[in-house]
Amino acid sequence: MKQLALELARFSRRNTLSALGGLIGLLIVFAAVAAPVLAPRDPLKADFRRMNKPPDAQSLLGTDQVGRDTLSRVIYGARTSLFVAFSAVILGTTVGSLWGVACGYLRGRFDLVSQRIMEIMQAFPDLILAMAISMAIGTGLPAVIFAIAITRIPFGGRVIRSVALSVREMPYVEAGRASGATALRVMAFHVLPQCIAPYLVLATTHLGVAIVIEAALGFLGVGVPPPTPTWGNMLADSITGLVPPWWLAFYPGLAITVTVLAFNLLGDGIRDTLDPRLSPAFLRMMTGGRRA
Amino acid sequence: MRKYLARRAIYAAVTLLGVSLSIFAILRVLPGDPLVAILGVEGHAQMKPADRVRIMADLGLSDPLPIQYVRWLGDIGAGKLGKSFFRGDTVAELIRHRGPISAEIGVLALMVSWLVGLPVGILSAFRPNSLPDGLARALSVLFIAIPGFWLGILVVLALLFWFGYKAPIIIVQLWQSPWQNFQIVAGPAVVLGLAQGAYIARMSRSCLLEVISEDFVRTARAKGVREWLVVMRHALPNALLPVITISGVLLGFVLGGSVAVEQAFGVPGLGRALVTAVIERDIIVVQNLVLFYAVIFVAVNVLVDLSYAWLDPRIRYG
Repeated sequence: MKQLALELARFSRRNTLSALGGLIGLLIVFAAVAAPVLAPRDPLKADFRRMNKPPDAQSLLGTDQVGRDTLSRVIYGARTSLFVAFSAVILGTTVGSLWGVACGYLRGRFDLVSQRIMEIMQAFPDLILAMAISMAIGTGLPAVIFAIAITRIPFGGRVIRSVALSVREMPYVEAGRASGATALRVMAFHVLPQCIAPYLVLATTHLGVAIVIEAALGFLGVGVPPPTPTWGNMLADSITGLVPPWWLAFYPGLAITVTVLAFNLLGDGIRDTLDPRLSPAFLRMMTGGRRA
Repeated sequence: MRKYLARRAIYAAVTLLGVSLSIFAILRVLPGDPLVAILGVEGHAQMKPADRVRIMADLGLSDPLPIQYVRWLGDIGAGKLGKSFFRGDTVAELIRHRGPISAEIGVLALMVSWLVGLPVGILSAFRPNSLPDGLARALSVLFIAIPGFWLGILVVLALLFWFGYKAPIIIVQLWQSPWQNFQIVAGPAVVLGLAQGAYIARMSRSCLLEVISEDFVRTARAKGVREWLVVMRHALPNALLPVITISGVLLGFVLGGSVAVEQAFGVPGLGRALVTAVIERDIIVVQNLVLFYAVIFVAVNVLVDLSYAWLDPRIRYG
């Protein structure tokens, strides 16, 4: 415990900005979890006497077209947004990473075919692929998570594959093989642990992307369906009127930006700390690894 | 070079074949009955079985899936992209009519991103950790985090308050009225371009700093070349290659992002056609438009690869 605190203190000293990002991220997670306590009103309850009210003492961030409290909806929106983003990134990056380990370790035909499949997955712009998938399987929460997760798979696959490719040549892996361990065992106990650092880096880096895709899907009307309060749905509501209420357009987007910013800063710090080798080459690898 | 070109083209063709197969699989196999997808569960239940069979046959949806897939490819080869289920437009008309405006937005956005990103990146790398560098980095971190469609909404709001901006209802093509056309595309292009510009600034800064620490740059400095010439003439050309690569990827962001940004600005481009089709569950349109976007994305990446091979003599094609 003390060790952990020391490590954290050192991390914060070296990466002040990312520590700040992490802190803000934690606060947002806390707000999402404690939404029922923090939100001043029911986010779904319409109040037709207070429609389209600008921010005032009663509702700090104003109300929407049917009188729902914007502040409460922004707080509840954090729940959907974070839940979708975390689930999708964990699901997509994990599947992609496991696939990448298998590719990098087994090589040969399996790797070749897998690489082609990942290339095909990356031939779609993220948002468009997510739109098509969520259209095909329906627009519920699980559908949105699944759709975003799919778009994250090839990134995990490619980065972790390159890690596995170099790890497999190490003597201790060879020793494992020589002592008769099965391929599955070597992958699970010798190669996989080496992939944890890049996995964490990848996951944090993609959290922000997932949040933006979720919001964009909601904004386009193909995300988590209303009346569920999500930041994207609120932005979609904000542009329906002829004279859009600025508070309805401003605050949900601000919430998205602050959240994405926080996770991006945290991700940068984690990357610099866990895997300094990755930093300059990392972006290039993310860009498809064409120049291998 | 010709051999490399041919190989790259074959790779792209295979990828696109896979792309078409996955689109087909996503839209036909996953949801089960495409009529349910088009009409919704309730609409489907209200229909008479005979009507269902007739409509399915009309749409060519009752044939075995492999036949449907092959026929789709054949239609594409013949230049027929199918028709909207709800409207009269064919997909080809949709692309012809709305494509140019989206293409303009994309190209302009890419230009904005280079025009903004590169100078900022150079300035940053010129004096690393100085005040302008810090400012530039803070701004690029910020612009990477801001979702384009939100920035779009805010810009539209501001224009609305101060200039009485109205969303364009009809498309004005470039050749019809360049000025009106520019008014439509400028907003989305700048908004999209700024976000990509932030990536370019970041990338060009880090690549330049990497190159500047190399021996040949020290040699240039040692022989007395002025600092700005060292950066512009000796370092920059070597640092640009990764920046060009990232542009290909950024175009993916632009293609996807433009869908949402067009919606924010109310620009009736191809992206909005796709959104409408997705919401209306217009399978034929979605299928062909998604393929169209993927074709463009793949084609651009081939171009980026080729330019890379052309610019970097160290890459041997073969």
